[in-house]
Formats: sequence, C-alpha cells, structure tokens
Amino acid sequence: MYASQTTYHRAGSVSEAVRLLSENEGAKILAGGHSLIPLMKLRLSSPEALVDIGRIESLKGITGKDGAVCIGALATHAEIASSDVVSERVPLLAEAAGKVGDPAVRNRGTIGGNVSHADPSSDLPTVLTALDASYCVTGPGGERTIAAADFATGLLETALGENEVLTCVCVPSEPSGSGSAYVKFSHPASRYAVLGAAAVLTADGGRCSSASVAIGGVEPMAARSASAEAALAGSDLSDGALDAAAAAVCGDFGDNVLEDIFASSEYRKAMGPVYVRRALCEARARMG
Amino acid sequence: MTMRVFGSGIRRREDPRLITGRASYTDDIKLQGMAHAAILRSPYAHARIRSVDTSGVEGQPGVLAVFTGEDTDGVLNGIPCAWLIPESDLKTPDHPAIAKDRVRYVGDAVAVVVAESRYEAEDALERIEVDYEPLEVVVSPREAAQDGAPQIHDDVPNNVAFTWALAGGDTDEAFSNADVTVGDTIMLQRLIANAMEPRSAIAQWVGPTGDLTLWSTSQNPHIARFLTSVVTGVPEHKVRVIAPEVGGGFGSKIPYYPDEAVTAFCSMKLGIPVKWTETRSEDYQITTQGRDHVEEVEMAATSDGKITGLRTTVYAGLGAYLSTASPGIPTILHGLMYSGPYDIPNISGTIYGVFNNGAPVDAYRGAGRPEATMLIERLVDLLAAKLDVDPVEVRRKNFIPAFEDGHDVATGITYDSGDYNATLDICLDAADYASLRARQADARKEGRHVGIGVGTYVEICGLGPSQVAGAVGFQGGLWESAIVRFHPTGKVNVMVGSSPHGQGEETTFAQIVAGEVGVDVDDVEVIHGDTDITPMGWGTYGSRTTAVSGAAVAVATRKIKEKSKALAAHLLEAAAEDIEYEGGRFFVRGSPDQHKTIQDIALMANVAWDMPEGMEPGLEASAFYDPPNFTYPFGAHLAVVEVDAQTGHVELQQYYAVDDCGVQINPMIVEGQVHGGVVQGAGPALWEGAVYDDDGQLLTGSMLDYALPRADLLPEIEVLSNTTPSPHHPLGVKGIGEAGTIASTAAVYNAVMDALRPLGVSGVDMPLTPEKVWRAINQSQNGG
Amino acid sequence: MKVPVEMTINGRSYCGEVEPRQLLVHFIREEAGLTGTKVGCDTSQCGSCTVRLDGIGVKSCTALTVQADGSSITTIEGLSDGVELHPLQEAFWNKHGLQCGFCTPGMILAAAELLRTNPSPTRDEIRHGLEGNICRCTGYQNIVLAVEEAAGKMGGS
Repeated sequence: MYASQTTYHRAGSVSEAVRLLSENEGAKILAGGHSLIPLMKLRLSSPEALVDIGRIESLKGITGKDGAVCIGALATHAEIASSDVVSERVPLLAEAAGKVGDPAVRNRGTIGGNVSHADPSSDLPTVLTALDASYCVTGPGGERTIAAADFATGLLETALGENEVLTCVCVPSEPSGSGSAYVKFSHPASRYAVLGAAAVLTADGGRCSSASVAIGGVEPMAARSASAEAALAGSDLSDGALDAAAAAVCGDFGDNVLEDIFASSEYRKAMGPVYVRRALCEARARMG
Repeated sequence: MTMRVFGSGIRRREDPRLITGRASYTDDIKLQGMAHAAILRSPYAHARIRSVDTSGVEGQPGVLAVFTGEDTDGVLNGIPCAWLIPESDLKTPDHPAIAKDRVRYVGDAVAVVVAESRYEAEDALERIEVDYEPLEVVVSPREAAQDGAPQIHDDVPNNVAFTWALAGGDTDEAFSNADVTVGDTIMLQRLIANAMEPRSAIAQWVGPTGDLTLWSTSQNPHIARFLTSVVTGVPEHKVRVIAPEVGGGFGSKIPYYPDEAVTAFCSMKLGIPVKWTETRSEDYQITTQGRDHVEEVEMAATSDGKITGLRTTVYAGLGAYLSTASPGIPTILHGLMYSGPYDIPNISGTIYGVFNNGAPVDAYRGAGRPEATMLIERLVDLLAAKLDVDPVEVRRKNFIPAFEDGHDVATGITYDSGDYNATLDICLDAADYASLRARQADARKEGRHVGIGVGTYVEICGLGPSQVAGAVGFQGGLWESAIVRFHPTGKVNVMVGSSPHGQGEETTFAQIVAGEVGVDVDDVEVIHGDTDITPMGWGTYGSRTTAVSGAAVAVATRKIKEKSKALAAHLLEAAAEDIEYEGGRFFVRGSPDQHKTIQDIALMANVAWDMPEGMEPGLEASAFYDPPNFTYPFGAHLAVVEVDAQTGHVELQQYYAVDDCGVQINPMIVEGQVHGGVVQGAGPALWEGAVYDDDGQLLTGSMLDYALPRADLLPEIEVLSNTTPSPHHPLGVKGIGEAGTIASTAAVYNAVMDALRPLGVSGVDMPLTPEKVWRAINQSQNGG
Repeated sequence: MKVPVEMTINGRSYCGEVEPRQLLVHFIREEAGLTGTKVGCDTSQCGSCTVRLDGIGVKSCTALTVQADGSSITTIEGLSDGVELHPLQEAFWNKHGLQCGFCTPGMILAAAELLRTNPSPTRDEIRHGLEGNICRCTGYQNIVLAVEEAAGKMGGS
C-alpha cells in the first residue's frame, strides 16, 4: 500500500516520452496505472522513475480507418467498450473490453498499458490476437509495427524495445457477415481470466471461409489455435464441426501451461476445449 | 396515535453520518504530533531468529525509533489467552508481542519502526536485516498432532494445546446396536474474516499523568482496557480505550493483539501519539482466522431413520499461539451444540486443540456453531441418502418436538424454547419444495444438475450467564450494563458497555427505550465504545448485544418507569397504585386528563423542586443484567444450485432463510443481519478459504486470491421468520447476528452434493471451486 | 523529489507538494482531511476508495496524486451538502443498504457511476455494476434495492 520512492516525469509528447525514458535508467511508463500501481503498492515493482504519458493528446482517441479501427494507447477499456466504431467494426474487442476487471478499473485502465503488461490472464491480448491486431510503437530508432501474435514474448514480457512507447493498436474490422464471441472464465476474486476464449467465424455458402480462435490464460502468452482453425476451415460449422475444432485446441498447448491454487494446469488444459466450444457456438449464433 | 416503535423496521439512527462520510473510524483520527508505526513481520512460518540488525535504519528520513523483541522483552507482558477451558489439560505457551528468539507463523512481529509518515516507516523496514534459521513447518491440524510433527512450542508435546471430551448417553452402545451408520471426514477450511475496515490502533501516552488512551478497532473496549492493563502494566483506571466507529468485526476484532500492545509501547517510549493501521495483506497474515477443523464424524441410526448416536473426533487448528478466546470456540461453542435441533440420545466428541504454523484462529461469525451445524447437517443428508429417503423427512423424524420452556439435550445444556418443525414448514412452503423437486427431476432428464439443500440449526447465543462463563473457564463475566439518563428536556442518553459495530443497536436500543416509556426514538441517543463514559460491559460478539445489553437497557428503563410512576403520583396527588401508564403518559386511573408526560416527569425530577419524601433527584437508572440462561435461536434454510458438469461451476440460484430469533425489535435490521450472515456462510461453501502451502506461506495472501462473495455471484435471498419468544428474557429476544452464517454453509454444501449425487459424487472438500467439483465428477465418472 | 500539485476536491481547491509515489487516496485522506474515502485493501479489489475523478468513477488507491494534478474530484463528502441528501444516500438509508458503513462511501460512489452510465439498470445490471466493490455486512441485497430506488427517484436521468 506504500510504494517505494521514485521520481516523476510528465511527457508532453511521444518523442518527449522516449527521451525521458532514455534519460532515466530504470524508468517505467505510467499511463492509466492499472497494471503498474498495484505492483508498486506491494513493492513488487519499484521503478526508479516514472514517465507519465497520460496527458499526451496524440495517444488518445479511437478512429475508424479503411477496414480497421485505430485505438490510441490511452483509450480506456470503458471508452473501447462503449465506442460505436469499435462495436460496429470489431465487436469482439468491445465485448472483451467490457469484461475487463470492474467498472472503475475499466474507467482508468488503458489498452496500451494492458497489452504492454502482457499478462496472459488479461482479456485484451486474447481478442487482439484473434483479430490479427498490430501495435504501433515509437522508440529512439523511430516507429515500427508489431503483430499482436508477436508482441508478447513470454510471461509479462514483450517485444517492446528499451525506451519504446506503444502508441496505437490497429485492429482490422471483422469480416462482414462474420460472428465473434469472447467467453471468459472469470476468477471470482481477481476478476482476471482464468481462461478466455475468442472466436471469429465467417462463412460463405454454408461453409466456413475463415476462422480465428485464440485462447488466453492457459499458456504464458495468449495464442491462436492453428489446429482448431484448420478443423473449422471449410467445415459446415455444424455442432459436430465445432466439437472437432474445440477438441483440437488441446493439441496446440505446449508444455508450459499455467497453474495456480485456483486452477491447475491439467484443469486449464481441460477447460480449453470447453470454452472454445462455447465461444464458437456463440460466434456462430451471431453470424449475420 | 403514535406509531408503534418497538417492533417496527424504522430507519437506522447511525446512518446519516455513515452515508455522508462523516463517521470517524480509528484510522480517520489524526492527533497533534502523531507518528506512524510499521511492523516488520516474519517471512518464515517457523524459524529461529539468530539476529536482528537495525543499524541500517538509523538516520533514515523521518525515522524516530526502531524497537525489537529485545526492547519489549520484560517490558510488555505476554499476550494473554482469556478462555481457559477446564478439564482439558490446556497449555498456554508464552506469546510475546514481538518475537525475540523464534517466529511461528508468517506475520509474527519481529521489529517495529516509528516514523513521521507511514511511507517512511515502510522504507525503513526494508533496511532491517534479520538472520533466520528456518525450522520445520506443519500446517494441517491433524498432522500437527501426530507423533514426530515439528514442535511449535517446546513445552507443548505433539502441539496439542488441549484435549476436551464430551459424552452424553452411551455412544458406543448406540453404534454397536445401530442398523445403519454414516460417516465422513469434513474439512472446515480456514477463513479470513475480512471486516472491511482493517484493524488500527492509536496510542497516546501522557507521561506526566500516567494516562494511556488507546483508540482501537475493538468489538469489546472494556476487555481491551483490561488486557491493555495486563500487558502494559498501566493500571486499569489509567487506561482509556475508545472504539470509535468500527467497520465490522465478525469476531476478528474480539482478540487483544500484539499490535495494540506494540503501538502502546511505542507511544510510551517516545511520549507522542503513535498510529498503526494494518494493510489488507497484513490483515490476511495476522488477524485471527476462523474454523480450521478436521472433523472425523459418524452417525448411528435405526433403519427407519431415527438417529441414535453421534460421535466425533475433531482436530481444531489454533494457529501459532492461543488467541484471546480460541480454546472456547471449538469446545464450549461447538461440542455442546452437537445435538442441533434433533433428539439424539447418545453423543460423544473428542476435540484436540492443536497449534499449527498459521495465523492464530479465534472466533469468526458463528464461532463453533457453523462447524457443528455443518457436521450434523452433512451426516443427516448422508443418512437420508443411505436410506434413500427425502432429507427433509429424516429431519422431521428427529426434530425435538415444540417446547416453550426448556429442553435438555444429551450434551448437557438446556435449550430455552423451540419449534423446529414450524420454521421448516415455513421454509418449504416459501420455496415450494414439491415443485422444486419436480423441477429438479425435469432438469435431470435434460442432463442438467440442479440441487436442493436444506440446513436446519439451533444455535447458542446471548452469552451468557456469568456463573456459566466462570464454570467454562471464560476469564470474565458475561453480563452487560446500561445507564439510562433523562435530561431535563426529556431527551435521553443511554450508555452501554457493549460495542456495536454495524449491528444497529443505536437504533434498536432507542426503540427499546421508546417502547418502554413512550419517548420519541429520535430523542434517545445511545452512547457506546468509550470506557471512560460507558459502564462496564463485555462486548459485542456471540449474537449477545441485543439479547444481553438490550435486556439491561430494558431493565434500566423499567426502573425509570417505576420512579416516574411514583413521582407522577406525588405530583398528581394520587396514590402510586392508582397511576396508570399509556403511551408516554402517567395518569390517575379513570382520569386520563389528569396526567404527566414522561417529559414532565423528567423536568420535575431533574429540577427536584417537589420530590416525594425520600426520593432522590434526577431521572437516571442503571441496570446490570446477567442472563439466567443462554438463548437458542433456530431456523431452516434452503438453497438451490445448478452445477455445470463440464466446468464444475456452481451457480447459487435461490436461497430461502427462515429464522426464529424470538421477538424482533426491528425486523428490517433482523433481515439485514440474515442477508449478510447467509452470504458469509455461502462464501466458504463455494469460494472462500485461506490456503497455506507446506512451508506455511499464505497463498491466498490478498483479495486477488481469497475469493469474497460479490454482488454478481449471488441470488436474492428470501427472508422469512417465526417468533418463539425466549421464556427467560425480559423482551423475549434471542439474537440474530450469526444465524445466517450458521445455517447457510450446510444448506449450500448439501445443495451441491444433492446436485452431484446422480453423478456418483458424494463428497468434495470446501470451498467447492470449479476445479474441485470438476475433478470429483471426473473421478466418479471414470470409476475412480 | 516532491512535485507540486493542485486540484479541486468537492469544489474547494487544494495545492501542495507531494512525493510522486503518494496514492491519490492518501492525498484525499491525509492532506485534504477528507476521511470519508476509505482504504479497504491494497490490491485494487474492494472499491472502498472509489471517488469521482473529472466526472468518472475511479479507485483512488490505484492512481497517484501526481496523475490527478489539475483534476476535479468529488468524494462522499461532496456528493451532497450533508443536509439535503443525494438520492443514493437517502436510498441507502431507506433500504438499510449499509451496516458497518465502511464500504458505504465507495459503494455509493460506485452506484453513482453505474447510474451515470446506465440510469435505469435492472437488478442484475446493478449487481454487475457493483462487482468492483466489496461489502462484508449486507450480502448486497439491500444495496441493490437502494440503487434501484435511487434510480427511480433520479428519474432515469
């Protein structure tokens, strides 16, 4: 409840943030603070300096672009969940954002902070992986883009380079006529996802023309299930097809399955197909 | 016509300050020149302390002092246990406020820093170097009692603090003659009370006068004063304990903790006020927890379902040290309740109180009775399953028939009054039990797993006659006192020694006064929580405040009424026997126009211009009420759940609570107590449980892992009641604070087992988390 | 290294120099002396510290004071003048939506946030809207009824 001493630097622009990060060794970026401050309160994180990017105007806002939605890193979960353009183009993201934490957390936690924290029990990385989102980052060497699937590199680890700032998340619109769903097994205490399953289904002439399935909470990083997607591709999306696809997800789990006192790795693995099945079923029902 | 006040659900008088943020809890208090303490706690569950090096703290910003066990040793006396149960070979090992040589649980205090701010005190804690030699750890109370288990206290062999036995009838005979027996091993996991207000203490020592004032989050400030005196050596009359607004307790604010003593020590050393407030993570480590029973239980019965015997062996974890009341919880408040609402002729139990390397265990809402109710109601359901009869029928067959004035049970206690069939009838009617069972059958045909569980109970509360308190080793009395003071304007102050902290007695006690002498409820102010201005009392716990303290208020007010009658007779120039009372007016029989209001009397008594010969001035009365017996509320609860067999998730869908707490002073408050109690009992059935690993590390160390019930996890609770007045209580009340918690764990647990029975699952340890339920289903389906 | 901050709390302006690590709830309680806002946990779970920050309900234990520099804050003390109660305060009183009262300021502010975004919630929506706030006394039932009553009185606006 009482964080360690630190210094505070407020950035007025992305370039200033990058400069402040470079100048202050051991600095951490502070946006909404909903990943960092809880750790600081318990002294599990004691950054020597904080670079506050929370007032950088260019990082705010949600805009629709050609076939995509661009979401500023400072957009809060509540803003995303209630955004018309998000709901129209990427309803899966709106659904997941509305299930993060609780209302007060959603009011202050940001998409940038959330994905930069790379917590596998978080909701957004799972759906952003399913949606083939890409992350725009700015660092001393300029700007670059990282695919959602490549962003997290391990438990609480990302491809963000030293002194790089995540500025924007670009999410391609869900295909027209598709259906999507995010089904969450919420931890009763923390409200993090013990397991989250995301699915996007598109059909053409009664056959599945594209399928995207991602699972979070089981492995150190949210990941797509290639086996489930392969099983769905070209299928008739019947109950049997969904069953087969759901059953296939187990084959994609590696050796490093998460476990805690609430849910063992064996249980998480077993719940994978169950939650994927439910997400697929819901996504199918929402296809238009 | 005035509204009937006693018995009506009026809004609470304490609420305006609470809903506007104007109430003052301990941590809200800021004294001039106050410093802040932070306590360094052992990261080991069991270790020898080789050395404590505080040199790194010196000269750190804001630091005023650092103290270790070396400093408090010989200055502070040990933290006492105050319930020394007789005939039990109880051992009471030393419990130093700050550990000097050895730590015995994660959280044991090792040093304290006092600084200008809490942030600075926390910074300094990180600079203290402690060299520990880790020792072997034992967590399970049953394992701790076995030969060869790590020894937590050198002078307590096998960690067994006490062995307490109970026997009524001939249980062995009952079991050897039984047609059927059922048995189980029930794990009642450790629970963390989670009063929303963390514990806090402010000590202010005034050296020149020798006065020590302690603001403390206590349920019983008078006991806290007594124990502060014992531990610090400051004479009792120079200690003032103030429990300001207290944010819930549920038993966890009964004990006298090392932290209060250490805070007082710091203030006495430095001569300035010192505040200590626990963080929530600290609370999880150090504040007393509840339950921690391993219960090996069995029941004997005839083939037609008549219970003939009950036998138990219970290992009750006590944690690393004895807390204030801990020995009494698994014995007096548990074993004596083994008959429940049933006529069971033969009952025996052996209870081992066992030290283990965890936070001390003490009273937690229900304290002993949920643990008893759980085992009885579990066995009754197992018996019903074995006999293949409806569990409701087994209950009916064994209920003690309705009685109004005393019924002896085999454990040796005498229930005051009861009508157990009545509450069950009301409950089953409200829930439409037959339809529920039909719905369940339909659901099963669809492959859905609906379960219905019943929990019936009798509890012991209104603690209690002081003579019994003495006989069972409670190192205090259990009476309560009240002063009722009428001011000249007819307004009233009531001072009580009990210390409500959310239960609403500022309202219900005002209703008692209003009901007795006809003043407006808003004209009565109830004062509590300050040992300098309230009369002696033993505190608020065990559902005793309304039952015992309320009785004292009623008796004192009746004395006021008698005096008022005599004064009215004098002023109206009539004989006292001709004075009648109605609705706040005293009048001459047959001439209601000739009257004096209670306000007239209050004025005349206070000015004392015209008093009858020999009558003292003033209108004030005090009463000391020592109850002639405990009270025994009872009830029947019913839960409906549905289990998702694929995931193991349990959804609590419906809940019915029917409680008989005797006469109700404020039904709205009664209902609120039931709501909260039910949820606190459902919590451990489904979500709550403190988990220590084999090294004694608390894995559920914060609200991130310890799952407290939240609004979205719960159904609406339907609350109904019946009224069987207590025959021995001046107002007929019994008590309601714990009832919900006592019944609901069993009701919810039984409902889940009812849902799982067709799947072949007969038992799962609580809490019934999805994984545990899923595993049980899998094992059963796979023939495991 | 302290940092200057200024903010408006309940219509009054406060300024001072604070350590960057200071939590907003500590500024509100210790510097502004507004102790109606409570600290019930240290993991952002319990919601006892909920306040309105620039019009939006947030947990003040999960914000640094420096982040709130220049902001406008409403705490339980500022929700009404204490004489004329806010409809939520009145409803919590009417419906017995509190017992020990410790979670109540945060619960009322969380309920206010719910009604800001959903003026006419169903009981189920109320329960979900309050999922970030823990009460150990009431079992939530009367809190739900209180929020429902207040929503009705506030006319869904």
